[in-house]
Amino acid sequence: MTRALALLHRRLVGSVFVLLIVVIGSFLLLEAAPGDAVDAYIVSTGGDAGMIELLRHRWGLDQSELTRLANYLWALLHLDLGQSVTFSRPIREIIFERLPTTLILMGSATALSFCLGSALGIYAGARPGSFRDRLLSIGSLALYAVPGFWLGLVLIVVFAVDLRWLPIGGIETIASAKTGLARAHDIATHLVLPVSALGFIYLALYLRMMRAGMAEAWRQDFVLAARARGLSRRRIVLAHVARNALLPLVTMLGLQSAQMLGGSVVIESVFAVPGLGRLAQEAVAGRDTPLLLGIILVSTVLVIIINLLVDLAYAVLDPRVGASEASA
Amino acid sequence: MSDLTISRRGLLAGSALLLASTALPTIGFAQTPKKGGRLILAADSEPRNLNPAIVASNGVFFISSKIVETLAEASFDGKDGLEPRLALSWEGAADGLTVTFKLRDGVKWHDGKPFTSADVAFSALQIWKPLQNLGRTVFKDLEAVDTPDELTAVFKFAKPTPFQLIRNALPALSSVVPKHLYEVGKIEDNPANNAPVGTGPFKFAEYKAGQYYRLARNDAYWGKDEPYLDEIVYQVLPDRTSAAAALEAEEIQLAAFSAVPLADLDRISKVPGLKVITKGYEGLTYQLVVEINHRRKELADLKVRQAIAHAIDKDFVIKTIFLGYAAAATGPVPKNDPQFYTADVPTYAFDVAKANALLDEAGYKRADDGKRFALKLLPAPYFNETKQFGDYLRQALAAIGIDAEIVNNDSAAHIKAVYTDHAFDLAVGPPVFRGDPAISTTILVQSGIPDGVPFSNQGGYKNADLDALIIKASETLDTSARTELYKEFQKKVAADLPLINVAEWSFISVARDTVGNIANNPRWAVSNWADTYLAG
Repeated sequence: MTRALALLHRRLVGSVFVLLIVVIGSFLLLEAAPGDAVDAYIVSTGGDAGMIELLRHRWGLDQSELTRLANYLWALLHLDLGQSVTFSRPIREIIFERLPTTLILMGSATALSFCLGSALGIYAGARPGSFRDRLLSIGSLALYAVPGFWLGLVLIVVFAVDLRWLPIGGIETIASAKTGLARAHDIATHLVLPVSALGFIYLALYLRMMRAGMAEAWRQDFVLAARARGLSRRRIVLAHVARNALLPLVTMLGLQSAQMLGGSVVIESVFAVPGLGRLAQEAVAGRDTPLLLGIILVSTVLVIIINLLVDLAYAVLDPRVGASEASA
Repeated sequence: MSDLTISRRGLLAGSALLLASTALPTIGFAQTPKKGGRLILAADSEPRNLNPAIVASNGVFFISSKIVETLAEASFDGKDGLEPRLALSWEGAADGLTVTFKLRDGVKWHDGKPFTSADVAFSALQIWKPLQNLGRTVFKDLEAVDTPDELTAVFKFAKPTPFQLIRNALPALSSVVPKHLYEVGKIEDNPANNAPVGTGPFKFAEYKAGQYYRLARNDAYWGKDEPYLDEIVYQVLPDRTSAAAALEAEEIQLAAFSAVPLADLDRISKVPGLKVITKGYEGLTYQLVVEINHRRKELADLKVRQAIAHAIDKDFVIKTIFLGYAAAATGPVPKNDPQFYTADVPTYAFDVAKANALLDEAGYKRADDGKRFALKLLPAPYFNETKQFGDYLRQALAAIGIDAEIVNNDSAAHIKAVYTDHAFDLAVGPPVFRGDPAISTTILVQSGIPDGVPFSNQGGYKNADLDALIIKASETLDTSARTELYKEFQKKVAADLPLINVAEWSFISVARDTVGNIANNPRWAVSNWADTYLAG
């Protein structure tokens, strides 16, 4: 356990620097984008010079970049994410309203792609080079090559428009006043299509990784030893070959969580899911710097936490990891 | 009035088809509106501020016009194209210094307080004039609003202001909000800006960010038996393809403002139970315009501008980019405007040979590689059609030896590049014609506008004659004399080409057959929907 604690400590200290770099970097990047929040706003309203000046002043955009960055960091130190200019509401409120949706979507999609992907990977890797291995490998590659929005649209046309089994989009039936179990069921129904669209794309990654790891493991001496001991094939596949191929998949899970946040921008738009991805896109389009920074911060924290969990899982799964930290 | 469903290419065919289609038997069902029901429709954006008195824009009106009413609304057959809402009558004095509004009696705000002339005076003086995007121009000389009694509001102007302009501005600029809610605190920070309170047929009920807006029936509405609907729900669908799918799956009953892309209309018009409607947007005409930076010496030459105008095949643009749902433009006022439009202006037929000859004459000979000079072309990203026209214009210019490089930006970057930084040679823009050239049209060519004002002359164009004409028209009180001046304005603009008007278009609605009383006024999508109903 001390091993895990030492790891945790080191990672947390590192995380603070990561966060600081991410915030300052994103701020500068967004400032470098041409046009500010007022430019984005007047696209839909127009307005004369006086009105534009008034808006810049009210939104604090007449201050220098440095002042704004300093103000932002100062507020952040007090755990204040500030006020969104596009929504004229506190950013913390906006983000935490949407975070659960994104977490459910991301979590379900990750679980789907990881579980189904590794299961199919084991199935394919049990007999590398067999017909079912080739079929699964090619099929999963094809899925991986499909753009997310297109897969989403196809799912909508087939299951929502033609068959009408599932709703087209949204996170729940709008203005339905459902509560409790009925609401949970409603949300689950709405999640089937977006989770499938998001999950199926990343499924290939886990499948191929598992399969490749297993193909390699088959050639190892310990497999030969296991065979020599007369273990059943099933046991060799699950307890020896697959288990050894599992570790890189756990690493992938951590890396993938960041990617999944990005991938959900497209899926959230196609399925009209009110999540963080769509919010981020709106923040960029509206040049809402504080809102975007808030989203990036929360996502960074999320990714850091997930990777921390992955590291901990690693430390538990593989005795070699973290041994040096504990002794240092 | 019954629904009028015009098929494809309705706008292209213009008046001839309009005549023919009114002769068609009325399409539809029960003519007596039915009470009750929830209308669900697609919304593609979520405006940050829902107060139409501050933000007079279609995105805001789309939702707020059902809650907050204006003094008058646009009408196909009313006098001067108007019909009464909160005002019953309006009259301008001959000297242009006063306009008197008689207000509707017995109107109540959604919180039960009575609506009076004090609300009108407050809205006009405290909001329209100092804060509203369009009102700041139109009401700039408004000095006071007298309220001799609760149902009379007398607008007093410091300088003579044409009554025709005030009248034409009423449908979009005169949203009245309750004084008793707005007189405390800063108007811009008032909570009612996000949960509006008005006198309209529907009350603001609920907003779930990223999901929907819900409006509920106002039982105390002044209109007899109105509204018919119990609820209106705007479902936020950010992806344009999903609006069409939602219509087909019967999850929504209406998609207005061209939420269904033009390319899908042909297919969707064949889906049983759905209708495509091109009517109801006559008062919201968008103009496809080539904005020109006259600081470039080549473009400061009239011959070059004429050559560009001759190089554009407007029919091709309308058929290929707008799929027929647009009309060719002749000048800065759209053809469908009933008051000001004149066809008697210089025109530029599609003629590549002539365009080439004009460029040769101007002294820009083709170099060995066939090119005369290079340009930066910035198509506005707000509509698919403006982007597609940018691609077309590049090819059209190549045919006359002008090498245009397309620069793509998102909305904020485009606004900054064109209207603040002037970092363009040509730009493609979609200005809106708002029923009177003085509201947002003359500004496109007038000189002396500060940098950074969007949808204005930022191309450095300066024409003393035209400026004088614009000022004269803004001071002319007599309606017919003023109208004549704006006809003269159209001629001058078409002759000197400070910008090139290519096409005029508006939006398309797709609705289920059950939605009744659609498109019965020229600003239907942004009107109050008191008489909209759901049959069956």
